[in-house]
Amino acid sequence: MSNVPGDRKYTKDHEWAKAEGQVIKVGITDYAQGHLGDVVMVELPRVGQVVAAHKTFGTVESPKSVSDLFSPVSGTVTAVNDALDASPEKVNADCYGEGWICAITVADSSEYDGLMDAAAYEALIASLDA
Amino acid sequence: MSSIATQGLQFREPLIFERSSPGRVASSLPRSATTAPGNVALPEGLLRKKAPRWPEVSEPEAVRHFIRLSQQNYGIDTGFFPLGSCTMKYNPKINEDVARMEGFADLHPMAPESWIQGALSLYWELERYLAEITGFSAVTLQPAAGAHGEYTGMALIRAYLMHTEGKPRTKVLVPDTAHGTNPATLAMLGYETVTLKSSDRGVVLPEDVLAAMNEDIAGIMMTNPNTLGLFEENVKEVADIVHAKGGLVYCDGANMNALLGRARPGDMGVDAMHLNLHKTFSTPHGGGGPGSGPVCVHDRLAPYLPIPRVEKDGSTFRLVSDKPLTIGRVKAYLGNFGMHVRAYTYIRELGREGLKLAGEMAVLNANYLRVKLAERYHVVHDRACMHEVVLTDKLQKKAADIETRDIAKGLIDRGFHPPTTYFPICVQNALMIEPTETESKETLDRFVEAMFDIDAESKVDPQRLKTAPHLPLVGRLDETRAVRKPILRWRPVETPTAGQ
Repeated sequence: MSNVPGDRKYTKDHEWAKAEGQVIKVGITDYAQGHLGDVVMVELPRVGQVVAAHKTFGTVESPKSVSDLFSPVSGTVTAVNDALDASPEKVNADCYGEGWICAITVADSSEYDGLMDAAAYEALIASLDA
Repeated sequence: MSSIATQGLQFREPLIFERSSPGRVASSLPRSATTAPGNVALPEGLLRKKAPRWPEVSEPEAVRHFIRLSQQNYGIDTGFFPLGSCTMKYNPKINEDVARMEGFADLHPMAPESWIQGALSLYWELERYLAEITGFSAVTLQPAAGAHGEYTGMALIRAYLMHTEGKPRTKVLVPDTAHGTNPATLAMLGYETVTLKSSDRGVVLPEDVLAAMNEDIAGIMMTNPNTLGLFEENVKEVADIVHAKGGLVYCDGANMNALLGRARPGDMGVDAMHLNLHKTFSTPHGGGGPGSGPVCVHDRLAPYLPIPRVEKDGSTFRLVSDKPLTIGRVKAYLGNFGMHVRAYTYIRELGREGLKLAGEMAVLNANYLRVKLAERYHVVHDRACMHEVVLTDKLQKKAADIETRDIAKGLIDRGFHPPTTYFPICVQNALMIEPTETESKETLDRFVEAMFDIDAESKVDPQRLKTAPHLPLVGRLDETRAVRKPILRWRPVETPTAGQ
């Protein structure tokens, strides 16, 4: 069973988002990394890049596939996890911690508030595996 | 009977450079230019200081090296090749006979028209055969392969919109069951891809196209049958919706082998489509030869076709380039002519009834596998399919944590090349199987037996499957490490005498 921590929000595209004030940290979920298999490359957004909710801002690649990363919220990328360039395996080893992908600064948090909570996301992945 | 794989006299073959022994030769070389008497007329700066580091081996060593490598190859002439969506079809040997006829094989591409009337007549006739098979009025044989055909076809649509509307529009609809080259084609032409999600039935729904279609959209690229092996049953309705807003309909006809003699995209509202001669008309594929991706269109796109056009004037064939609306050339000379000869031969060999039977057998074989394999595997859309069927690892994953990759590797130990895996990407952990029309019921039954054996092994010894294959010279490769830490070139071990 996939790990779904209760301290953050989720999207149907299997990303997590965690607010620290106006800054939303973003990564992919345990369910996503498990299905992708070994992550071999993460194409990160640029710092300063303006991203829109539900639009792609990067990709994550495994031997099986290249998958788009969709931004959970609209805002400006203010930090990216450069460590993934050399060590993409962090996404597999610690997707909710050291495997984070980027941080997006938002103007208002209403989009964030509208994302799924842990219970809703758990129900989603249970239905997908049914 | 279940396995035909054995490990007889197979050799681990090193690189030929590693077989090298200083001074050993396979043939007598002429004297070096640097020591030849007289002026060899090469400027000083162009002469080598040192001999190149070629492998130094005897003739039998060279012969054995390459023969052994060729024995490690696996192809359609070795055994069953169930690669879906990338049709690996048997290439009849008569195609090769005909392509090797002097009049075809030794043609010079710059030979004048009057010398190549026979070749031009074949070219002209093949265009007409393809037009009749697909239901269109004009064809270009120039594009070098399928994706090049897509590019050419969409370039025609772009040129048409430029000409009739003054601008090419900006976006194109592409269902998520299309071939991956479709969005790439659009990017090259400056179009933005709008992805359409396919329905629960695995096909495009008219209401989704209606909702997405507007005057900024140049049209839709539909793969039909799509990459789930399903016929896009709403294609006519979709075409009407797109046409109503001034858009055009492109059909990726890579999977035309399923429709041969039964249905024609040109009758379904499609404006342009390409064919892959290697998929539908049995020309070699991949390393076996260059591709060919003819594009078929209706009259309204015909003025834009690439030049030169081959035209018939009485009993004479001429190359005509005076076409003011043409998009220009897309390939040197007439395209990959050797492939046209092979496809022409295939069509003439099978004839009208034979082509229809080939299409029917391809569909029957895929459905036979679908029904059989559904006993032990999850079939994504368990209803009549076209030329290919898509399974997943759902049942094995749940029961024994066995994934698509393990099933594919397990097939190698049972004497079969794996099918396409992890594609189409709209299906989680897909296994896509396309038997093609040439496989006998006995071969298909052995394949089913191998798949059942894998399912059985997943229950009793999953670890063996997770580490498969065990029989080939090279076992399971570490794909992750290969991508994360690739070794991109071989370096010689320096020895004091090497290269002297």
